[in-house]
Amino acid sequence: MCLAIPGKIIELDAQNSHLAVVEVVGVRRRVDLGLLQDAPPVPGDWVLIHVGFAMSKISEADAADQMQTLTLLGETEAAMQEVRGYGLENDGQDSSTQRWKQ
Amino acid sequence: MKFVDEFRAPELIAKAGEEIRKLADPNRHYRIMEVCGGHTHAIYRFGLKDLLPANVELIHGPGCPVCVLPMGRIDDGLSLAAQPDFVFSAFGDMMRVPGTHGSPLEYKARGMDVRIVYSPADALKLARNNPEKHVMFFAIGFETTAPSTALTLMRAKAEALNNFSVFCNHVTIIPAIRAILDSPDMRLDGFVGPGHVSTVIGCRPYNWIAKDEGKPVVVSGFEPLDILQSVVMLLRQLREGEAKVENQYKRVVPWEGNRAALRAMAEVFELRPYFEWRGLGFISQSALKIRTSYATWDSEQRFTVPGVRVTDPKAAQCGEVLKGVLKPAQCKLFGRECTPEQPVGALMVSSEGSCAAYYNYEHRKPVTIANAAAG
Repeated sequence: MCLAIPGKIIELDAQNSHLAVVEVVGVRRRVDLGLLQDAPPVPGDWVLIHVGFAMSKISEADAADQMQTLTLLGETEAAMQEVRGYGLENDGQDSSTQRWKQ
Repeated sequence: MKFVDEFRAPELIAKAGEEIRKLADPNRHYRIMEVCGGHTHAIYRFGLKDLLPANVELIHGPGCPVCVLPMGRIDDGLSLAAQPDFVFSAFGDMMRVPGTHGSPLEYKARGMDVRIVYSPADALKLARNNPEKHVMFFAIGFETTAPSTALTLMRAKAEALNNFSVFCNHVTIIPAIRAILDSPDMRLDGFVGPGHVSTVIGCRPYNWIAKDEGKPVVVSGFEPLDILQSVVMLLRQLREGEAKVENQYKRVVPWEGNRAALRAMAEVFELRPYFEWRGLGFISQSALKIRTSYATWDSEQRFTVPGVRVTDPKAAQCGEVLKGVLKPAQCKLFGRECTPEQPVGALMVSSEGSCAAYYNYEHRKPVTIANAAAG
């Protein structure tokens, strides 16, 4: 629950201005950008995500370090499970492009 | 050596270890509390304790949300969910936490509609997709997760999604630190400050710890190097006789925090006059409740809550462990009656709980930086 998961903003949601598609090691899911409304991220930016909400912008290098930390903590599987389950997709939609390989 | 090489900058880790040995006065015993459960997990997982000299002791703090939740709140939540057409939703961490008559998972086995969600937004979606049911989100967490719950409530109100409510157990970290410092059986020299909570609240709220209590605080990241560097920064301050708030985790934590997140929290939540914490007792203004302007979406304002108070199993010493007075293995139940498979207390459930971390990593002694380097 307290995992901070790094993701790259792929595109902003045309219908819902507070949502964006992020990619986390090949899995694409919608996250809520409402907590970054003072300095909204744009496609290509990296963010740290907590329970489906982008909480801070980070650099690409820090995103890689954070993913490595999750791996070392043995929490990548939990993180990917969390990302898949955020529940911000439209019904029946699953935009994951590939499964995370350990 | 493989494990060592996987860390960022292994040579810097070794250097930080040396630096700590140099800075630590051999005639002094240092007690440093890491407040955050994420740090506790990392410290055990990476075996960082082994890199510290014996007189630099890390004390595990109260920053594990499921661990500090008193059993009565779980009972209250589950008793609400016993109503017909009711869904109990919560993060996975909550599912195995024991209530008086079982954990949410055990209630599920007995027929309750219990769902694991990964985001409060996921719970909101359940409500949207099940208009004939009432979906309650059992919210837990410090300031890391509270803003997400706040935004979800704002979205529920905007959508007028009235079959959704939040049973709010959000707590705030500062009053817990104050309670620990006020505890007469506690002596601490400084704090490794929480990383992700500080992303939201910033570093300013810790100023009183330095100014009024004379204890240094270093907000820290979660990599092995981050935690060791934070210990170096604390020891440096202690050697110089200083007490200030420093930010080791600048790459993620802005000094001012996240204003949009704080605004969302202020819109939806207000402070409770008091709230019970497991192990720490009642602490005034230490938790959040939902404002009356969101009463429709507040399980406590909408339904009658029994307000159960349960004392913890007598033999379990969760409170002492939570306050850092006892080490996990010093509890009478540790590793015997209480294990991660059959937890008696919540500290054995969450990976951020110090008992689970201690059990999983100290007992198994994985390859860590220290013993890999030695071997």
